[in-house]
Amino acid sequence: MNKKALLLLGCPEVPVQTSIALYLASRLKNAGMDVFVAGTDAALDLIKVSDPDGRYVDVEKMINLDECIRALAEKRTDFDLCSVFVHNDAGISYLATMHQISNARLFAIIFGNDAESLSGQIDFKCDKIVAKTVHNPNPLKKKIEEKIKEVKRWAVSN
Amino acid sequence: MGCIELMDYEILLSNVSFKEGREFIKGNFREVYEVEPGYKLFDIYLIGVPPILVGVEDDHVIFPYLKPCRGTFVLKMKGEEEIGRLRS
Repeated sequence: MNKKALLLLGCPEVPVQTSIALYLASRLKNAGMDVFVAGTDAALDLIKVSDPDGRYVDVEKMINLDECIRALAEKRTDFDLCSVFVHNDAGISYLATMHQISNARLFAIIFGNDAESLSGQIDFKCDKIVAKTVHNPNPLKKKIEEKIKEVKRWAVSN
Repeated sequence: MGCIELMDYEILLSNVSFKEGREFIKGNFREVYEVEPGYKLFDIYLIGVPPILVGVEDDHVIFPYLKPCRGTFVLKMKGEEEIGRLRS
């Protein structure tokens, strides 16, 4: 059975979020994982419109953010890997919550103008991918590329 | 605010950081409980950085409520059943 990855999106106000989410979804899917995406209605609509044929994320694997938290807190579901998109204070709160309610291997994708300061607020165990970028997805893409080989090996391990 | 919108609540603080919401609850209410992220209160699961503080005043519960795009709100809602669970 494939491992399950969750991309937990933040408020979509920072432009790089959607492109990096689709890029990461593509890479994780290529690594053999089932990719789910949770977010607000607006964040999910951006994904749906950008990926109209569901090449990277199947529509049935998109989950309303509140519903996702509910299912995890009630132990009705869990994931093997979770990437939380963090570009504001709320993102840190969601990351800390995922750390508490999920057993997934946790990644923090930290971006935006406050990326470094937000990264410094995280005092629990998770893999951080940090780039101070708002419009340009390439700094984050490069850092994800550095990590993805190891994730691919892990994705096919027991 | 999802299901919360359908309930009778008062907003004590809006659009603040989670830490500011926590400090507000800590500084303004004498009866305060620490709960973990994912703690169920009414019909929602609390989101935040531990410790999440929940205040009690008379028959009302005071708690942080997070919106991804709008930050933390501190809400006050009547909840005798919730208070009983916090005190137990």
